[in-house]
Amino acid sequence: MAVNYIYPDCEVVRNYDRCISCRACERQCANEVHSYIEEENKVVSNDAECVDCHRCVSICPTRALKIVPTDHNFKANASWSKTNIYEVYKQAESGGVLLSSMGNPNAFPIYWDKILLNASQVTNPSIDPLREPMETRVYLGAKNQEVKRDADGRVIPEMTPQLKLSMPVMFSAMSYGSISYNAHESLARASQELGIFYNTGEGGLHEDFYQYGANTIVQVASGRFGVHRGYLDAAAAVEIKMGQGAKPGIGGHLPGAKIGEDVSRTRMIPVGSDAISPAPHHDIYSIEDLRQLVFSLKEATAYTKPVIVKIAAVHNVAAIASGIARSGADIISIDGFRGGTGAAPTRIRDNVGIPIEMALAAVDTRLREEGIRDRVSVLAAGSIRNSADVVKAIALGADAVYIGTAALLALGCHLCRTCNVGKCNWGIATQVPELVRRLNPDVGYKRLVNLMTAWNHEIEEMMGGMGINSIESLKGNRLMLRGVGLNEKELSILGIKHAGE
Amino acid sequence: MAADDSREGNIIMTEGVTRIPSGCAISGIFSRSGKRMSGEAVMKSISVMHERSNGLGGGFAAYGIYPEYREYYAFHIFHNDNTAKIACEKFLERHFDIVSASNIPTRKIPAITDEPLIWRYFALPLKTKLASSQLDEREFVAKCAFRINKDIEGSYVFSSGKNMGVFKAVGFPEDVGRFYRLEEYEGYCFTAHGRYPTNTPGWWGGAHPFSLLDCTVVHNGEISSYDANRRSIEMYGYPCTLQTDTEVIAYIIDYLNRKCGFSYEEICDIVAAPFWSEIDKMPVAKKKLYEYYRSAFSQYLITGPFSILVGFEGGMMALNDRLKLRSMVAGTRGDMVYAASEEAAIRVIEPDIERVWAPSGGECVIARLYPEAFEALKGGK
Repeated sequence: MAVNYIYPDCEVVRNYDRCISCRACERQCANEVHSYIEEENKVVSNDAECVDCHRCVSICPTRALKIVPTDHNFKANASWSKTNIYEVYKQAESGGVLLSSMGNPNAFPIYWDKILLNASQVTNPSIDPLREPMETRVYLGAKNQEVKRDADGRVIPEMTPQLKLSMPVMFSAMSYGSISYNAHESLARASQELGIFYNTGEGGLHEDFYQYGANTIVQVASGRFGVHRGYLDAAAAVEIKMGQGAKPGIGGHLPGAKIGEDVSRTRMIPVGSDAISPAPHHDIYSIEDLRQLVFSLKEATAYTKPVIVKIAAVHNVAAIASGIARSGADIISIDGFRGGTGAAPTRIRDNVGIPIEMALAAVDTRLREEGIRDRVSVLAAGSIRNSADVVKAIALGADAVYIGTAALLALGCHLCRTCNVGKCNWGIATQVPELVRRLNPDVGYKRLVNLMTAWNHEIEEMMGGMGINSIESLKGNRLMLRGVGLNEKELSILGIKHAGE
Repeated sequence: MAADDSREGNIIMTEGVTRIPSGCAISGIFSRSGKRMSGEAVMKSISVMHERSNGLGGGFAAYGIYPEYREYYAFHIFHNDNTAKIACEKFLERHFDIVSASNIPTRKIPAITDEPLIWRYFALPLKTKLASSQLDEREFVAKCAFRINKDIEGSYVFSSGKNMGVFKAVGFPEDVGRFYRLEEYEGYCFTAHGRYPTNTPGWWGGAHPFSLLDCTVVHNGEISSYDANRRSIEMYGYPCTLQTDTEVIAYIIDYLNRKCGFSYEEICDIVAAPFWSEIDKMPVAKKKLYEYYRSAFSQYLITGPFSILVGFEGGMMALNDRLKLRSMVAGTRGDMVYAASEEAAIRVIEPDIERVWAPSGGECVIARLYPEAFEALKGGK
């Protein structure tokens, strides 16, 4: 008799007093968890197939369903957790590398939650954003300090290319292929309405979305998928992807199953072929090579667009950022180790890189020590969960942040972390037409706009409380932050004082 | 690091060790025709606002007071003791040709105690030193002042401009004025400051005005952008050791003026920039200019309440934060220009003031010497 080593993580609990056997769950579940037994007029569930995405729970008209973690477990063992044991079983069975999706879920310190914000009391007034102007507009790009004047002595307002954001948040790189057409449309339309930017990721830009070019950042990654002149021309800025927080040091792999007609045309690769991004850019083996690519892209875009260099937060991130700041890049994007992914080897995702809070603080400090902070803007990404995280990131030194997971949650994602399977019941991380149709871009874009509008209000409230009425006065304003429960080393790297100091 | 000392117990948290917010009174008097007035008037003006200070800091900046030495940089220096004085003077002698060195005359009064050695030196950079530094003369002087303040323990340069001087101490401003015998000085411009810190500064260097070369700042307020401003300006060679708003404001003004070449009007547009809602309505060319100020120099936007008086050679600037979160009134009569935290402080010295108004937030008021007066100041005749 075959032995099944794996007991399902979760159990589908159906309240038969409520279930009316409408079979909606059965129809909605791409994983085929639910099935109908005609003779008994009864719907049953197979826990083993459930990914815990809550699609059935959310659409059940009588609230008959819930998914609960199983209480079946191994004998308690602090070293050998259930996850550790199951991973061994899986690899003993498959002989393969474990894959995971979305950001690192493990219990590493979350520094955002150990940082508190300041507010005005007595010695200076807080400012009410409902009564006074409260400014969250940000310009990204180099801040050239050399002032030029014309023959009459008037200042010539000459700027290097800048990105103008209505608020300091953008949607981070998620490729067409890893997420659906409708997800991309939602992000693009929301960016346009909000006056911010979304990022194509490395999968090229679908021809339907060229119309949103003014709010689009296009990515040039190691696979160079979909990169051509029109692609660069369409965009507001070009991002060179050197690394990703969820998988520093390795490339990407979009399985051939996801390369349908449309994705194939956008990526400029044959239908059904695996899209493999090499680990490094094979024309960049060192910093001087990066400089060449930066300037190649600037030449190709006639120096009209900012060039962003995105790196994963790794141990030596400050020195790397310093090199990038001197390479001609206009903006550096740092992706922390909790950043999301459509698919990454589990070991890489869970063990490589450093927290964005530390990386951001270290980069901002280093660039200032070297006197080159004004040469670049700095973006922080990888685990920005709410508007307070945004405010803290900016006070640590970021010009703006990228959000990925939060944006997907707004579109309906339930963080089941099985994007790599391609059967996303929410129509986000899938290319299956019937599933993609479930995400209505008219609704999706509006939810993104709502989320950002809400965050912006909250950012304004927090700024007003601190007596700050313009976001630029918050940037790098670390005196507005205090740590709680952090040791001296952590405080010194973050460059903040402890609460009570 | 110094900050750790504060935990050890009895050590008083001095300026630069911790950040001390403070409320304040300010007043300024300016004669556009360059008429030289005694320091009496400004003392009278600031004393009216006694309630706005708490006796923990007062000071004055006076312009045009050293015509006989107008070619020379006038260093006003606090020395804690003779050891510091000797070390500091050695440094000065290595870098400057000192034509005069003397005590700054003071008057013993009960209200002012614990005074350090207060010295004044008129000096010019040594030509050889200046040449080998490859700096322009003013940058050389500024760098030397920074060096003394940072490296020579117990000595602190609190004034370093030409034909002007700062006088400050721990005490109520009117007492500080008496102490320094301010009535014996004559100048075309005086600014004054009374301080209301929320902690004990205990150190004379922390009082206002704060100065670098001939630029002096007196300030009332607590800026919320402080650390953003500080961390930006420190990149350009302005180590902020005092942790005061005034220090960082003075450095920003010096940087934008001396290093970037902005006029004082343009500086106002940067540090107290119009709101985007106003900029967006401007004609295209103007809009582009303000967009440039606010993106390329966004790190120098100052938010939170402030009213400042900036003194400089031949001029005085009054400026409020963009929301006008601190009071400030300006007035004129004939060639005279006044600015103070309260109207009473102007009326007490000029009851027949012709025009009094409260400049709106972000609106700069700049008084300058008439051209012939400026000529005369520079030694034209």
